[in-house]
Amino acid sequence: MNLNRFLKTIFLTEFFLAIIKAIREIFRPKKTINYPFEKGQISPRYRGEHALRRYPNGEERCIACKLCEAVCPAQAITIESEERKDGSRKTTRYDIDMLKCIYCGLCQESCPVDAIVQGPNFEFATETREELYYNKEKLLDNGDRWESVLAKNLRTDKIYK
Amino acid sequence: MEYLTTLINEIYKILFLVIPILVSVAMIVWLDRRVWGLVQKRRGPNVVGPFGLFQTLADALKYIFKEIIIPASANKTIFILAPIITMTLALVAWAVIPLSETLVLSNINVGILYLFAISSLGVYGIIMGGWASNSKYPFLGAIRSAAQMVSYEVSIGIIIINVLLCVGSLNLNDIVLSQKNLWYVIPLFPMFVVFFISALAETNRPPFDLPEAEAELVAGYQTEYSGMMYAMFWLGEYANILLMCAMGSILFLGGWLPPLDIYPLNIVPAPFWMIFKILFLFFLFAIIKAIVPRYRYDQLMRLGWKVFLPFSLIYVVLTASFLLYFDKLPKGSF
Repeated sequence: MNLNRFLKTIFLTEFFLAIIKAIREIFRPKKTINYPFEKGQISPRYRGEHALRRYPNGEERCIACKLCEAVCPAQAITIESEERKDGSRKTTRYDIDMLKCIYCGLCQESCPVDAIVQGPNFEFATETREELYYNKEKLLDNGDRWESVLAKNLRTDKIYK
Repeated sequence: MEYLTTLINEIYKILFLVIPILVSVAMIVWLDRRVWGLVQKRRGPNVVGPFGLFQTLADALKYIFKEIIIPASANKTIFILAPIITMTLALVAWAVIPLSETLVLSNINVGILYLFAISSLGVYGIIMGGWASNSKYPFLGAIRSAAQMVSYEVSIGIIIINVLLCVGSLNLNDIVLSQKNLWYVIPLFPMFVVFFISALAETNRPPFDLPEAEAELVAGYQTEYSGMMYAMFWLGEYANILLMCAMGSILFLGGWLPPLDIYPLNIVPAPFWMIFKILFLFFLFAIIKAIVPRYRYDQLMRLGWKVFLPFSLIYVVLTASFLLYFDKLPKGSF
């Protein structure tokens, strides 16, 4: 052991320097945020909770083409459809098992009419499993609730698509 | 009837001591987590109550309502007894800690011996917990903890001898009063450093938290514990840490004495000085938790037996010969 290192060990110099440094760090600005009260920036492409969108006149966008059901790698989507009196094909059932879903975003990408999208909401934890089996009403309700943000995000991201 | 009055009086006194300690343990856990977080540029607990001060109470409440799981293969009696012993011993030791010349539960004349004995007994709670769990990680943790605490107790004992040589009494109040002119941290500074590091090891704090090294041993001797029993373990642990801080401030930092016996300092009541010194030492404990990596086990043993023990022994000889040569031995000791 050379003399320099010996003296450093005996007088605990690096130890005291570390304490001073640590005390200085206490007064530096924090890197974390007060989560439930302030939230971090989220990209417009963020793949959070699903939503089914409507046209401005209130008609559902979904045309029951079942591309999302086919592409879903986790097979979380179940769709049943029928023809309406006006000749259009619409879904009678649109279920997503949020527990199976892996949030890959393929349903959103496959959708030709931008009906199924993944919104910026990631705070949809529940206390029971049953609450996470989303049905059509729940998804449409999500769509209504988040429509302004969803439309804005789609517009922002359109130029990159 | 007279017996009953005495009993109630004693219970009243004990509660008057135990409840503030439990509350301050809760606050100290908060301080520990907060300092740890702040040094790492996190915020630490800051939601429950003002500045998050009630975080520990919320945690304790959570632990109380959690289920206590006792492993099927565990030795039930000892398994349940272990956290009780840890916590009781941590609290019992506070009986002799003087917060001022009169504010002490029992001013016995071998206070420091009592303190040393009780803190040595603390290892039993851990060994019993680790053994009774009947599982490998708790067992390994308990073995490590036992070896570690026993090793560092030896050097703490010898450090105490250093101080006792200068005082000439085992009474904690006498130890404090003899530092009226000069705190022992100045002439015995190397011993203070060794004491501090040994206290870290004795209370299983980082960098010597090998008994509960989560990377290797899950949570050491606490692995199989849950609910209130786990909470009692950590209450006991933090009460022990506070006790070590109190011991350090009595032995080296002049206990409840003000730093200088001059006007604005000596009107502050004595307990405040004691509490302030304990908090200062605890702040160092907390900072050190944030800045150091964990020791390897062989390094820990080497430090205890090959560095601290010979060093404090040599220092005992130095102190003794200094006192003898300059005829400064405390009066009444011979």
